[in-house]
Amino acid sequence: MNLESLHRQMTRMRAFEEALGDLWSRGLVSGEMHLGVGEEAIAAGVVAHLREGDAMALDYRPTPALVGRGVDLESMLLEMLGSDEGLCRGNGGHMHLLSRAHLATSTGIVGSPAPLAAGLALSGQHLRPGSVAVAFFGDGAANQGMVMEALNLAVVWRLPVVFVCKDNGWAVTTRSRRLTGGNLAGRARAFGMPAARVNGKDVRRVWKATGRAVTRARKGGGPTFLVMKCRRPRGHFEDDPLVRAVRHPRELMSLLPDLVRQSRRSDAGWLRRLGSLGHLGRTLGGVAVDQWIARWDPIPRAAHHLARQVAVAAGEAADAEVQGAVERAMARSRP
Amino acid sequence: MTRCDFSQAIDRALESAMALDDRIIVIGEDVPMMRSGLYARFGPTRVRATPISESAFLGAGVGAAMGGLRPVVEIMFVDFLAVALHALSNEAAMVDTLSGGRWSAPVVVRAACGGGYGDAGQHEQTRWGMLASIPGLTVAVPSNPADAAGLMLSALAHDGPVVVLEHKLLSPFWLDSVAGWRRPGVDLDVPEDGMWADVADPPAPVPLGVAATRRDGDDLLLVSVAVGVHRALQAAEALAGEGVESAVLDLRTLAPLDRQALADHAAGKRGVVVVDEDYGPYGLSGEVAAVLGELGTSVPFARVTAGGVLPYAPRLERYHMPSVQRIVDAARCLL
Repeated sequence: MNLESLHRQMTRMRAFEEALGDLWSRGLVSGEMHLGVGEEAIAAGVVAHLREGDAMALDYRPTPALVGRGVDLESMLLEMLGSDEGLCRGNGGHMHLLSRAHLATSTGIVGSPAPLAAGLALSGQHLRPGSVAVAFFGDGAANQGMVMEALNLAVVWRLPVVFVCKDNGWAVTTRSRRLTGGNLAGRARAFGMPAARVNGKDVRRVWKATGRAVTRARKGGGPTFLVMKCRRPRGHFEDDPLVRAVRHPRELMSLLPDLVRQSRRSDAGWLRRLGSLGHLGRTLGGVAVDQWIARWDPIPRAAHHLARQVAVAAGEAADAEVQGAVERAMARSRP
Repeated sequence: MTRCDFSQAIDRALESAMALDDRIIVIGEDVPMMRSGLYARFGPTRVRATPISESAFLGAGVGAAMGGLRPVVEIMFVDFLAVALHALSNEAAMVDTLSGGRWSAPVVVRAACGGGYGDAGQHEQTRWGMLASIPGLTVAVPSNPADAAGLMLSALAHDGPVVVLEHKLLSPFWLDSVAGWRRPGVDLDVPEDGMWADVADPPAPVPLGVAATRRDGDDLLLVSVAVGVHRALQAAEALAGEGVESAVLDLRTLAPLDRQALADHAAGKRGVVVVDEDYGPYGLSGEVAAVLGELGTSVPFARVTAGGVLPYAPRLERYHMPSVQRIVDAARCLL
């Protein structure tokens, strides 16, 4: 394992995500923006095992894995800026970043990466022996029927696929544990494949666990399911109303009178009424907890094991690389 | 009368109906947060969060409707309905016929739809044509808050499955959530007239299957739904400047289609233009042409529709959407 390289990739990913967030807040990027801040250790630790001929099916936070896979930063930025010189000629945007050259596809439909990765792995069995496909999706997505169907298919066809479930604890605004029966690793094992829970904030653990899964897949041993715990400090998407409410108490207070008015109209007893308001409060509390990024941040965690000047230099190099790409993309993109 | 926006109007319709009828429940992803007012009043048993499992919870909604409840199933975006279409197409819509008219599935599906804010492909479709093609399914596509509330009330009272679509460009709630429309530099072509309105307390029902005349005129007939109605009205103003008077018909429901209104309005006109944000082939625009043909009219016909998969970049997206300019151009060709 080359921790220095993994750390460097994470810093590149973070710099890219932050640049995207900045472009979005300046109104230069349209629509929603789901950043992968907090998922860098997972992206870096998994992608480090991929080689020519391997494939990735990504969700709507595709950019960290694509940065790690070596997709040209400028072409992705041009895409977000809507340029016809972008990765998808301005057609895809951040939720549909498709790079045929890297066998990497992204989708805005929750859960869809799992069956797509199974199919990419099937094509690998036929056309690229020894290759693997990786599916990236969230814990919320694990409750999609198509994900569970894909797990079964991958086992019975012994597909060379690694299912990477990025478990940030949220299904959009709902705590996923409230809506998930059993546990995800156990669910995958029930289909007959090995599964492991991995600390997705520790790139070394991600790298090790993925290495075992990829080796097994390349040798024809079939699929593996990895549940990787991580955090979602920026909310579901940029300017997430819940994050806004937590950061700006005044905005939160503006919502309260209406909720209290509605609650008063309820026929239910005060206990249940308080319960409903309490649930909304707890959800916001959960959002607030994820804001304390420092403790959960995978990048300082990796840097802790490197010489200080190495880590600082990596951060500076990443910032310079991304800033250069942003400047070139801005200059090239037509308004 | 209370001033409210498009989504609030639907919520108010739901609130008034839920207060009178215990059988009405709301289920869907994130509904405690998205419908926090209803959640505060009616609590977690009647406003029930689901996992991201559209095929399961829509299917369960259909079953619950057959069992005597009146579920309102929220599918966040109509695009995601593709994941669960079976439950509507093969089950809900067929119960009435297959039971010989002895059973029905009074389920209401509420979904956001439509583009014009840069989410591209998998988040911006309208799909009302595909849905309206399913026999047994009622499809309502309101263009303003009062109709949205009124059609929702009628949907709740209807004895079969109804889809109520909520165009995101008409809803400040959705524009705030997914478009970041208040960012500097973001300039969306938002039809303000369709966003806010004074809505009766409680809202008044609007019958399903009855179109509304939005403008009178002797020369042309412009037919549309949702945002297209507002574009058509603007186009009619532009055409009026050239001495061409256009009537604008807001269909409000696609299925059942108000054939009588189409016949009445098309009679004596020099041309009919269908403005449809859905895909052109095999959809609303072709259906209107077929109905006009069946009614024996020989009015020149044109359609302005989405030009295929919706691309991301604003300039590409604008070109694909039915713009005022495209409507005016199409109208001129008929004269």
